[in-house]
Amino acid sequence: MKPAPFDYVRPASLHEACELLAADDDARLIAGGQTLVPMLAMRLARPAKLIDILRLPELAGISEENGTVAVGATTRQAQAERDPVIRASVPMLARVLPWVGHPPTRNRGTIGGSIANADPAAEIPLVAVTLGAEIMLATTDGTRSMPADDFFVGAMVTSINQGECVRAIKFQVWPHPRVGTGFFEISARRSDFAFVAAAAQVALDEEGHCLDIALGLGGVADRPLRLDVSSLVGTALDTASATDAVHAACVGLDAMSDLHASAAYRRRVAVTLCIRALEQARDSAAAIPEKAAR
Amino acid sequence: MKVELRINGQNRAAEVEPRKTLLDALRDNFLLNGTHAGCEHGVCGACTVLLDGDPVRSCLMFAVQADGYEVTTIEGVAPAPGELSVIQDAFCETHGLQCGYCTPGMILAAHALLQRNVAPTREEIVEAISGNICRCTGYGQIIEAVQFAAQRLQKANTPRPTDVSVVEAK
Repeated sequence: MKPAPFDYVRPASLHEACELLAADDDARLIAGGQTLVPMLAMRLARPAKLIDILRLPELAGISEENGTVAVGATTRQAQAERDPVIRASVPMLARVLPWVGHPPTRNRGTIGGSIANADPAAEIPLVAVTLGAEIMLATTDGTRSMPADDFFVGAMVTSINQGECVRAIKFQVWPHPRVGTGFFEISARRSDFAFVAAAAQVALDEEGHCLDIALGLGGVADRPLRLDVSSLVGTALDTASATDAVHAACVGLDAMSDLHASAAYRRRVAVTLCIRALEQARDSAAAIPEKAAR
Repeated sequence: MKVELRINGQNRAAEVEPRKTLLDALRDNFLLNGTHAGCEHGVCGACTVLLDGDPVRSCLMFAVQADGYEVTTIEGVAPAPGELSVIQDAFCETHGLQCGYCTPGMILAAHALLQRNVAPTREEIVEAISGNICRCTGYGQIIEAVQFAAQRLQKANTPRPTDVSVVEAK
């Protein structure tokens, strides 16, 4: 057996899970375990207690109401990938999920687990930041929430406190009928960690002019970054305008250097991938017929 | 901790430490050695099993987490002792294996794909086995094996591979 010994508990309620977690500094939550179990196997993590939250009903399910979609923390990545609500209302999430791990890891890995893990190169946190999602947390005395941008502090560091658990991720649904998404990433191998990932979502009016736009970068800095390209609203998102806006947004981009890629390489690739993602988003929005009901 | 599993259609129980992976429990407690231990930290896919019909890495979950789930291992895909499933036979026919270490995981990944999709494209096959590493074949013959199995399943009078445990779980 590779991991160090630990106690395993499966609480009956979310409240009980938070209380168990708050009572023990050496306790950790486990859901899909697709990142935690390798860490345990290599003994990079040695918690004294694992609290299994995967079967808690409070954390399950995808619901849409009042223009928002709440994705329960223990929603499997594979389940979200196939979900009709996600595909229709949070298309950027549906677009990136095939890039998360491999089919067998997506069958176990959860949306909330990827958020809580806060890998700077991970696709799901990138979507949360780019779309300005709200991270809903359960605490021992109730709930609290914060914007994704405030949630992610640095590489594998979030503003979650001991005793708190990611409950759901709440996305605003874009109301426009023609919404398109784009996503590109560069990694050593397909489904490996991205050196740079760019995600875009645009809404077009009937004439093809941009009504709303969101653009984000993952893998570049120590957390996902949302870029301000609001100057493109009202344009036809022609390549020249998009290129100018991306260049302007990437000025002074805080890129990290590591064994795999230098900061200069990351900055250069970031600009290219952002432009490609915007073009893909524009083209996929333009392919939606004007009268199509979303 | 006591864990109760349904493995290949049979109810099984064992006393395991919480840190024992499903992989180790299958091999040590239930003597199902067809599930191979490769990297044991979620990279190679040799330990793939089906959990309620979906492929997962048995080294990336603890046996206690699998409590109550339906587990299908490579031992559970053949129709009878001494026989081969259509997919297993296709791997033999097309030389889809050399050393055989990755084969149980490959076959279960293919099995799960063909349960859902009887006419997969080459890209869909590549995606389905993308989490399984093979160091011998170069993957070409494995893809051929899955394509061949898909053709034979389309021509068979059964729409999907017959797997008693998966059918019963539904």
